[in-house]
Amino acid sequence: MTARPATGTAPGIAGRLLGALYRGADSDLAYSFRRNPVVVTAAIVTLLYFFGAAFADWLAPHTPFDPSTLSLGDAEKPPAWIEGGDWSYVLGTDNQGRDIFSTILYGSRLSLIVGFSAVIFSVVLGVGLGVTSGYFGGWYESTVMRAADVQLTLPSILVALMVDGVARAIFAGTDIKTDATFAIYVLIFAIGISAWPQYARVVRSATLVEKSKDYVAAARVIGIPSWRIMLRHVLPNTMGPVLVIGTIDLALAVITEATLSFLGVGIPPTQPSLGTLIRVGQEFLFSGQWWITLFPALALVLLVLAVNLLGDWLRDALNPKLR
Amino acid sequence: MTGGTTSALLPRTLLDVRDLKVGLPTRRGHLSILNGVDLHVKEGEVLGVVGESGAGKSITGLAVIGLLEPPARIDDGEVWFDGARIDGLSGDALRRIRGARIGVIFQDPLTSLNPLYTIGFQLTETIRTHMDLGADAAEKRAVELLDEVGIPAAASRLGAYPHEFSGGMRQRVVIALALCANPRLIIADEPTTALDVSIQAQIIGVLKRLCREHGTAVMLITHDMGVIAETADRVAVMYAGRVIEDGTVAEVVRNASHPYSHGLMGSIPTIGERVGRLPQIRGAMPRVGAVPVGCAFAPRCPEVRDLCRAERPAMMDGRTTSAACWQYSPRWPDRSGAAGPEAGIGTAGAESAAADG
Amino acid sequence: MAETALLEVEDLAVHFRLPLPVAERAMGRRPKVLKAVDGVSFAIGKGVTLSVVGESGCGKSTVARLIAGLYRPTRGRVAIDGRDVTAAKDRTRAIRRRLTMIFQDPQASLNPRWRVRDIIAEPIRAFGIAGDARETGRQVDGLLEQVGLAGADGEKYPHEFSGGQRQRISIARALASKPDLILCDEPTSALDVSVQAQILNLMRDLQDDLGLTYLFISHDLAVVHHMSDRIAVMYLGRFVEVADAAALFAAPQHPYTQLLLETIPDLGMTGRDREAVAGEVPSPIDPPSGCAFHPRCPHANERCRTERPELRTAGGPDGATVACHAVEEGRIVGAPARGTADG
Repeated sequence: MTARPATGTAPGIAGRLLGALYRGADSDLAYSFRRNPVVVTAAIVTLLYFFGAAFADWLAPHTPFDPSTLSLGDAEKPPAWIEGGDWSYVLGTDNQGRDIFSTILYGSRLSLIVGFSAVIFSVVLGVGLGVTSGYFGGWYESTVMRAADVQLTLPSILVALMVDGVARAIFAGTDIKTDATFAIYVLIFAIGISAWPQYARVVRSATLVEKSKDYVAAARVIGIPSWRIMLRHVLPNTMGPVLVIGTIDLALAVITEATLSFLGVGIPPTQPSLGTLIRVGQEFLFSGQWWITLFPALALVLLVLAVNLLGDWLRDALNPKLR
Repeated sequence: MTGGTTSALLPRTLLDVRDLKVGLPTRRGHLSILNGVDLHVKEGEVLGVVGESGAGKSITGLAVIGLLEPPARIDDGEVWFDGARIDGLSGDALRRIRGARIGVIFQDPLTSLNPLYTIGFQLTETIRTHMDLGADAAEKRAVELLDEVGIPAAASRLGAYPHEFSGGMRQRVVIALALCANPRLIIADEPTTALDVSIQAQIIGVLKRLCREHGTAVMLITHDMGVIAETADRVAVMYAGRVIEDGTVAEVVRNASHPYSHGLMGSIPTIGERVGRLPQIRGAMPRVGAVPVGCAFAPRCPEVRDLCRAERPAMMDGRTTSAACWQYSPRWPDRSGAAGPEAGIGTAGAESAAADG
Repeated sequence: MAETALLEVEDLAVHFRLPLPVAERAMGRRPKVLKAVDGVSFAIGKGVTLSVVGESGCGKSTVARLIAGLYRPTRGRVAIDGRDVTAAKDRTRAIRRRLTMIFQDPQASLNPRWRVRDIIAEPIRAFGIAGDARETGRQVDGLLEQVGLAGADGEKYPHEFSGGQRQRISIARALASKPDLILCDEPTSALDVSVQAQILNLMRDLQDDLGLTYLFISHDLAVVHHMSDRIAVMYLGRFVEVADAAALFAAPQHPYTQLLLETIPDLGMTGRDREAVAGEVPSPIDPPSGCAFHPRCPHANERCRTERPELRTAGGPDGATVACHAVEEGRIVGAPARGTADG
């Protein structure tokens, strides 16, 4: 109704931020984090990936996707520590002379972008549907939840494949260019749409719990509109499990993307993601250039493992006393 | 041990808890939950253990029967039952004592009954575990017990499952289970709290009658002073992890020695008389881990003196009961004539109630 | 009475349809109906406390929630100052502002993610009571002090307070819109006794200072006795007796009221013996025919089993009303006050 004036009194934004930081560092979550070396390692690895992906342009020793810098003379070089290797190509090069380490950096960036965007997409969709269906109930809730049930019976990779195929079929005849950027959007949509049901389910049941609590009743008694109650009261109290699922889902999304790319319906080789790199590389596996596919694969495993460990820890740390 | 040899006429002490300390190791250091509990139950007596939530009454009950949830553990003190020390016994030995000689009744009857087995099976199994009886004899005893706790048509209800009983009936079954092996002592932790008010009375009645008939002693743990007033012979009042007053129920309810018990009883509205304002104790009980040195009640006490803040009082003979309060010590300042410097502080501050915590 | 009544309730009822498993619905079974509240009528004058007392599941909380507009009534009418506010559209901002609610569980009635300051400010902002943020802050400080907390407590979160303090915050929020009527749903049932006394005293002080009207819901007869001017005893969705507080305790008329007074443990009853075998509360889904209390009633006869008694004036001096055939027919008279006849 009325615009909500900021609480102008007391410590000010900086003070609040400091206070929140202090409380955060002193919280049970932070404590269980510090005490768990595996989780700390996983967090560091994840951060390194984020860092590498964000600053790939500066960190990568070569620019692998600029054909003018490539020379076929450097093609199929083994990793630096093997005979015939070259220290300027630490992890070797592929058949076109692209530096594997650099392609991994750029590939991770793409994988993470797709993964993150897909997770955000499914969170927005799933949480929105979950909160509203839990709050309003009735036929709307039944419809949403049955739709979620139906979708959950299909493996998510199948859903993504279907969406991907349909999208390509639809746009194939139009003017819209089905280039690499377009493929990324389709992928994000396909992966995102396959994951919303779990958010919707979790958030719906959390909403049912929160809705029955009296602080919601108190807001209803004074006539706060439903959308505002959902947004300001219910939603923040359902975010704990969403954070957990989101983290684990990020790993899943990265894998789904890699799978789709490996199957050839994902990101084209002109702008390879980790999955594309593995697919392209495996053709050389039997001709002896194992490094072309092994290192991207290891990079993928490490990323997924780290994110998964973080997700598992978050679930354990948040679940017993969700406060 | 205590009192057992002195006289056969005096009721023997059945349960004796001495200076019991229970703690919980946490990452912020060792939390002291019980700070030295002293209490005893004589044979055939009903001891009411009362206190507000967080006072440690349930923990005391759990510690006595060895059911503390780890990592909470007994740090110090002794628990004597029927002349033998039972704290520190192995899990197996304690389990044997628990079923056969100490019966246990918890607040929620549903947690005490296994939903997958019939009432009859649970009763006969318990009976046969603890008594040397054949199947038929055990069943006969089960029917007798159900009869005793007032379950109509007991013989025909043996095949029923817990969910077929109402809450009050379930709690009756739990009482029957606790009485199975003719225990000497029953520890009942909030046995009526989960029940409807008009059902509470029935359950209290059953418990009281049976224990009298069987000569079973009861340690009745509850926050409900009304239940205590009607059921207990003697009352131990707990505050911040200690027993601070111990006396007969009539004295504790009407004429308590400790300022806390006195205030507590006064603050309960009764049907008998109607007052404009209820007498109230200001503030709230200190949280576990934030118990002040000296008397734990000192910050809320209208009679507080310097002595109270500095040193923790032991139990001493009060006016009518024994109480852990310096007022009854020769060291109390007023006793020597000179009024303490802070005399009368706090009585005026009753309005600023909840500023602490 | 009708012209001075702040709140009037007439034949208020709400029936909940219980969800039925799909399989049973497919078999054509009709869903069962829970008549949580089945026709209650009363009025509360300004500055008066009316208590509704009864055991769990009798529908007393539902009465408060119906009046608060949290459920839509199946039938009946709610009026504030003579204005019908039964329908949601009739609950204008001006009406909503005049009626607030305090809840039982201090843990669940405050949003754990909000600062106390924002919790209390929510009604102020919703109703546009304060002109600006400064004024809002000033009012919040004032409310906190009014309920015995400090202004600085506003910066904290609910979990940093004890149960009693949280209930104070709840009261502050209820006072924020400057209401006339506060619906109190078991406000002290979750609190320890010494804290309960503090909250009850606070509520009475506020009533004296601000001229508040309370609808007080409780299962605790002693608390009700302490707080009320008038008391309604509820059993399975209906009022069985409504009387002035003093009269109800001095001479309870309905057999259920007598049973309650007889059985509830009380501090003044040390050493009392009892063997009250009075049966169980029946399920409200399938209530007994006729008078719902007849299976537990020592005075029940054929008429009680078949015909439902209505609330009728019992002929007492204070306009007490009782829904009981036995009382009406003179088969029982008001029992003596409790305690005097007991061993």
